[in-house]
Amino acid sequence: MAPRRVRGAVCLAVVASLARSLSVGFASPGRRGVAASLASGLAGLLSVESTRAYDLPDLPYAYDALEPSIDKVTMEFHHDKHHLTYVTNINKALEGKTQPALVDLQKTAIKDGAAFRNSGGGAYNHNFFWLEMAPTGKGGKPSEKLGSAIDDSFGSMDDFKATFEAAGAPGARFGSGWVWLVVTDDKKLAITSTPNQDNPLMEGVEGTPGIPILGCDVWEHAYYLKYQYRRPDYIKAWWDVVNWDQVSAWYEDALGGKAPTADSTTSAASLIGARKTSANLNLKLGFEANARYGS
Amino acid sequence: MSFELPDLPYAYDALAPYMSSETLEFHHDKHHQAYVTKGNELLAGSGLEGKSLEEIVKASFGSNAPLFNNAGQHYNHIHFWKWMKKNGGGTSLPGAIASAIDSDLGGYDKFRADFIAAGMGQFGSGWAWLAVKDGKLAIMKTPNGENPLVHGAVPVLGCDVWEHSYYIDYRNARPKYLEAFVDNMVNWDYVLELYEAATK
Repeated sequence: MAPRRVRGAVCLAVVASLARSLSVGFASPGRRGVAASLASGLAGLLSVESTRAYDLPDLPYAYDALEPSIDKVTMEFHHDKHHLTYVTNINKALEGKTQPALVDLQKTAIKDGAAFRNSGGGAYNHNFFWLEMAPTGKGGKPSEKLGSAIDDSFGSMDDFKATFEAAGAPGARFGSGWVWLVVTDDKKLAITSTPNQDNPLMEGVEGTPGIPILGCDVWEHAYYLKYQYRRPDYIKAWWDVVNWDQVSAWYEDALGGKAPTADSTTSAASLIGARKTSANLNLKLGFEANARYGS
Repeated sequence: MSFELPDLPYAYDALAPYMSSETLEFHHDKHHQAYVTKGNELLAGSGLEGKSLEEIVKASFGSNAPLFNNAGQHYNHIHFWKWMKKNGGGTSLPGAIASAIDSDLGGYDKFRADFIAAGMGQFGSGWAWLAVKDGKLAIMKTPNGENPLVHGAVPVLGCDVWEHSYYIDYRNARPKYLEAFVDNMVNWDYVLELYEAATK
């Protein structure tokens, strides 16, 4: 994605990078706030937008790559229609304003109102969902570290799956929503579920907050064409397309306090990084730090 | 009194092409049946056995979410089947409803637009409603299994906007489904019956 005003964006990048690097170094949230205000104040002064708009990311595989777990027509509607609507609506809500990395919208989304919570949440959750799946047989397996954390937390992989499936069952997550595996503040694994397009990054969310590393969409549109009322069968089949390599990588990041950006194409960090300016390293670090959950 | 699945008041293909027999088969035989089955399991030992369905819905709201979800959906679906009929909808409303819509909601066109907007605005699963509140008609929307009974109103018409109600026939196009519901499926005679009971 290209910025509207590249030169301005690079200037801002350097300033924002300095401010954010400073903010990371300080323990006090108050000082962080000052640094963030400094950055946004300068952004206002330069009247620069960090990014243009969120894009609908392409699927990282073919529409039929997840067969037979998830059918091609479901993937077409889910990605091309449902996900597109969330992206369009969050762009509409942010029209004319600076658009931070999508992950950075999540923390205050509930407080920020329906557009942020529903459409910002929906855009992020689906970016995440496509990346955490892989064609059948290509998903690898959990890293040794994640595998033993799962064993420690849930008893075994089978027990983990059973608990996750129970949390996503229609009686447990009534209506539309998601079931998640999260890394909590104390670095423990936990299973939780959220209504509609909420996610565990959102402050004030129902259930256990944390950094999501795995999430299953249990809105009916995610499975109805193939499974109809049989949501449990869908979740069972979904395990066959989980991208454990990606989930394991996100687990590592989450232990370090970093939430999945789930979208490398829309952050100002990747945008500037692609220009290979001397500022890019600092900027990248700055933006990644900014994406840290709870920081 | 335990919950029982009522028969559909028409054939499964009666509402086609606006609502397919496939949708009605899954919706009635599987989804509604699941609310009935699960509701009966949860009713046992709840202390609400022997109460009417309306009483169970109101009493479980906010205090017993699993029972409320299933009892609420049982209530909603019992009426939903009757709120539709073959060759329903359209603008020829029974006189008493038509005049109440004129006086309380600003006329049929405004009712139609507001009802559809309520259904579109209910993010996630839920219902759009025409209800009687304080003696007047009002448009409402509720999430999941909720209904106007637990918000001090009496529903006289409701449209199920859970995706299972329209995904086979309309996919993501919920507005098209809502339009078809209002224009081609509503059983206004049943709406009138409920309206008269609610305003007596």
